[in-house]
Amino acid sequence: MAKYMSCFDIIGPIMVGPSSSHTAGAVRLGKMARCLLGENPRKAEILLHGSFRETYRGHGTDLALIAGLLGLETDDTRIKESFRLAKEASLAFAFQPADLGDVHPNTVRFLLEGETGYRLEMQGSSTGGGNIVVTEINGFPVELYGNFETIITTHQDVPGVIAQVTQVLSCHGLNIAFMRVARKNKGKMASMMIETDQSIPREVLKEIKELPSMFSVRLVGKV
Amino acid sequence: MKLMEWSSLAEMAACAQEQGISLGRLVFLGEVRDTEGQESSIYERMSKSWQVMKEAVEEGLSNPRKSRGGMIGGDGHKLTTYLKKGSTLSGDVLEAVSRSLAVAELNAAMGKIVAAPTAGSCGIIPGVLTMLQEKLKLSDEAIIYALFAASGIGLIIAQRASLSGAQGGCQAECGSAAAMAAGAAVELAGGTPFQVLDAVAISMKNNLGLVCDPVAGLVEVPCAKRNALGAANALVAADMALAGIGSVIPADEVIGAMGEIGRAMPEALRETAQGGLARTPTGVKLAKKFLRLE
Ligand code: SF4
Repeated sequence: MAKYMSCFDIIGPIMVGPSSSHTAGAVRLGKMARCLLGENPRKAEILLHGSFRETYRGHGTDLALIAGLLGLETDDTRIKESFRLAKEASLAFAFQPADLGDVHPNTVRFLLEGETGYRLEMQGSSTGGGNIVVTEINGFPVELYGNFETIITTHQDVPGVIAQVTQVLSCHGLNIAFMRVARKNKGKMASMMIETDQSIPREVLKEIKELPSMFSVRLVGKV
Repeated sequence: MKLMEWSSLAEMAACAQEQGISLGRLVFLGEVRDTEGQESSIYERMSKSWQVMKEAVEEGLSNPRKSRGGMIGGDGHKLTTYLKKGSTLSGDVLEAVSRSLAVAELNAAMGKIVAAPTAGSCGIIPGVLTMLQEKLKLSDEAIIYALFAASGIGLIIAQRASLSGAQGGCQAECGSAAAMAAGAAVELAGGTPFQVLDAVAISMKNNLGLVCDPVAGLVEVPCAKRNALGAANALVAADMALAGIGSVIPADEVIGAMGEIGRAMPEALRETAQGGLARTPTGVKLAKKFLRLE
């Protein structure tokens, strides 16, 4: 359900058409995947589900997803040239129609490889009005909206880790807007997603990274 | 978080009347208060949207292109050429209609637009407002406040009904855009806040029941032409209200009815491309042609 709280939810956003869900939302999903990959993508296999699968050509969803992977904004008029830009950026891509199961009709799954060989699998949906939700990252179920800065950790699933992380945040006066914990298997790998109201300074990330049992920490900006 | 302090257009109009300010100014001040923002930055933000709207009209008219899906394009331009011959049946109204059409076409061709209130219905407000700016020699400032008035109307529609075709059919998208444009037009022509409400009501009543049935699921057919006719509807409704014609059913109740009709609308007629024009023999044929998957 869309929330309307401001005049700019009514007149706005400024965007490249034709559809806020099939174009603007698709750009944001691509940007999110780029952020999570954390480097320039070199290879992208993109699975399209439901309405994305049926109408992606006519809505330019394909161009929009690639534009997002290249880091373009939702109002960038070069979105329609994104295939050419991808070539210039040495990004090879392919689209596949897919059935991703019982998910939102506008769902996409990215299988990415970055310039240093890092791989990322991300699944997300465009939920209307340009809003998005990322539902899976590398096999972890998540819930990311791209409206806040988000810290994503992977760590060992042992007691006390969550408390240590939230402790660091509160020490720096950072307020948690939304938090979610997921794990692959008990006692082994777990992941935390923390969205904050304020932007997160580098030293905070460093402090979290230095906590025991922490494997990786990354920061994903607003998209 | 509370959205403005008003839950109806009637309250808004009474407030504006009492304070002796326009509806647009009232909504602007409400936005400043609610978002605890700076007056100047909020004004600037709307001013930016207005700039993009003007550029979209210009771009859409001067650089007609085929839509991404391939079903439409160039009709706004065609209408301007026809207008120039000076033998139109509906006159000035077509100035707005041609621009609304051009912006809707630009949207379908992946051009830059402002959702107003949605991308599908993005042509109506810029078409009507750019035409009025020229005809009435209005300042950008006047238009920017009119855009706040339109937003206020939209916020009430969002609260009491819906702005999404998937939820409420096209009456919620192009219907709302036309009602917002009609209200803004009355304000720009110097009508009272209550005449603004009459224009909103008169405009929306004529779009009640309008379904969302896009061919091939794309924002092209019938969307662009609904933007065109939405502009005509808005201007005629505004003139009627300015002539002193009141709506028997008040605007807030018309909006309520729109919401109720939307909820009663079968899913096939709410953006799923399973009914209406999308399922006509031609609609089905076009869908096959334009959605070919390799
Ligand atoms: S028919 Fe549907 S998609 Fe087209 S403008 Fe109307 S509501 Fe939007």
